[in-house]
Amino acid sequence: MIRFTLLRFRVQAAVAAGGLLIVAVILAVTGPHLAHVYAATLRTCTQQGNCALALSTLPPSPDGALRALLDGLIVAVPGLTGMFWGAPLAARELEAGTFRLAWTQGITRTRWLAAKLAVIGAASMLTAGLLSLMVTWWASPIETAGMDRITPGVFHSGGIVPVGYAAFAFTLGVTAGLLTRRTLPAIAITLVIFAAVQLAVPAFLRPQLITPVHASSPLAIASITEMGTTNAGAPGGGSLFVQAQPDIPGAWILSSDLVTPAGRPANTLPAGQACSENQSRQACQAYIAGFHLRHSVTYQPGSRYWALQWYETAIYLAAALILAGLCFLRIRPRRPARRGTGRARESQPVLARQGPS
Amino acid sequence: MTAVIEASGLGKRYGRRWALADCTLSVPAGRVVGLVGPNGAGKTTLLQLAAGLLPPTSGTIRVLGHHPGDGPAQLRRVGFVAQDSPLYPGVSVAGHLRMGGWLNPGWEPEFARRRLSQLGLDPRQRAGSLSGGQRSQLALILAAAKRPELLLLDEPVASLDPLARREFLQGLMETVAEHGSSVVLSSHLIADIERVCDYLVVLTGSRVRVAGETEALLACHHQLSGPRRDERDLPASWDVIEESHTGKQSVLLVRTSEPVLDPAWTVRPVSLEDLVLAYMRPAGGASPARRPGLEVAS
Repeated sequence: MIRFTLLRFRVQAAVAAGGLLIVAVILAVTGPHLAHVYAATLRTCTQQGNCALALSTLPPSPDGALRALLDGLIVAVPGLTGMFWGAPLAARELEAGTFRLAWTQGITRTRWLAAKLAVIGAASMLTAGLLSLMVTWWASPIETAGMDRITPGVFHSGGIVPVGYAAFAFTLGVTAGLLTRRTLPAIAITLVIFAAVQLAVPAFLRPQLITPVHASSPLAIASITEMGTTNAGAPGGGSLFVQAQPDIPGAWILSSDLVTPAGRPANTLPAGQACSENQSRQACQAYIAGFHLRHSVTYQPGSRYWALQWYETAIYLAAALILAGLCFLRIRPRRPARRGTGRARESQPVLARQGPS
Repeated sequence: MTAVIEASGLGKRYGRRWALADCTLSVPAGRVVGLVGPNGAGKTTLLQLAAGLLPPTSGTIRVLGHHPGDGPAQLRRVGFVAQDSPLYPGVSVAGHLRMGGWLNPGWEPEFARRRLSQLGLDPRQRAGSLSGGQRSQLALILAAAKRPELLLLDEPVASLDPLARREFLQGLMETVAEHGSSVVLSSHLIADIERVCDYLVVLTGSRVRVAGETEALLACHHQLSGPRRDERDLPASWDVIEESHTGKQSVLLVRTSEPVLDPAWTVRPVSLEDLVLAYMRPAGGASPARRPGLEVAS
């Protein structure tokens, strides 16, 4: 069955290989230039001591656009393999009636599904893995420059998580195909669920995979990024907003709050005279310093990048295994009802709802 | 002879509709069995149950003594050609034969190659571009080259023109002669059944109406015409399958193992078509109680 799966899969495999080859050529052409730009910038900025500013303008525009494109591609590819390799895997056979040919050959449906899942599942994981490997190589100058790689915008575009995404999206597609028995609805369901999971995981699951670091320190005046008063002329004196940005290089900041020494939230303060419009910035900062605020930050340090990658990949792979198990349960042939039982079973296997054609 | 298909109280329900109900049937081995019935009678359902593609809702079915589709050994003993001969449109003729060889340990590559060249099929052609007749032939080669003990064919000739139909049935007969497998073939075309089948099962309204050897069935059914008689005056051993009356005359199709001696009747032998049609007619002249789904001893 593996050989026959390969025989039927060669066109899709060729498409994937061709796509990977195109990406490889583009990255090979632009990669050295990107590395050169970063190395040169790093050299000059260390001498001049303005690296934060200098690096923030990088990567230069065509490479920056390419980076954004790759970030999208690396999530899109697992989704696409789920939609176009996973969803039709069983749905197409059920739709076209070829399951009647496939399931009456000399091997069981379980082996039929096992071979298909193994061959095409491995191909989708390989595609995602190779793409991730190439992008990781291409973006390595950006990472060596100490730029962030752990925040949700870039976490997924490198490392090993794309392999987990591919395994999950693929088995999701197969399951949707077996449940709907129609290719198009299966593709739509795969797209919707995969997109929802891709949005939900960085928002809710990933921050909690490892207990975030909580740090509380006296507010450094230099870390204040924004101040502003509202209702300054009001009888109560109005209020003063203060926002501060913690300076933790490469970290994923989950929350950043100002609190009073007693521990109450203090992102707004009573606006004093010192912060009215005709006063200097220094006077206002001194006024804020008088509150002895503390800066309370929760974050995932950049050093946890690989730990988070492994955990998240493991979770996606576990979900893929569960879905694959569901697929096997779904297609296994049921033993006939025992003699004399006239009652129909409520739970019917995959073909039970199909009318005779 | 042992039975190739043994069904007892077999039923299959889709939602609230029974596609096959209370089907009790024993198909002997070594026959070419014609399964006839109107559209929607449950022929496809019965064959898919036998191929193990569907689980029954009620009752039991044993194929070659085992549960259908139960494990690779059983799958290898049964060849199945589904309705409309499903094939992979993007895979070549040779690719399909390779699949057969890979998936069936008993595969006979020599047989498949020979049949292919006899039919003049180009191995490089994609299945999607084959004609209806060629598709059916390829599906038959696929099912036969795995050398099954039982070959199930669901309306294999329904979509073919008369010439392709004749060629297909010829190919089937040659295959059967070579392999000696039992065949169950469904069709609603009685002429095809007549040409190749030596055993007949009539399925109507999801029930088995009559089953038996074609010769024996023809021998015990007679068409009688004579002066009008009331049903009560007929011999008790007669099963009236069909009756029609005009003012003075009655025409009956009866089933009886005894010779018809009454000189008032003109006795004519029945054709297979007359016989099948009489059984297929849902509410004929006779009451259902008088036409039970008897089997003719074989």
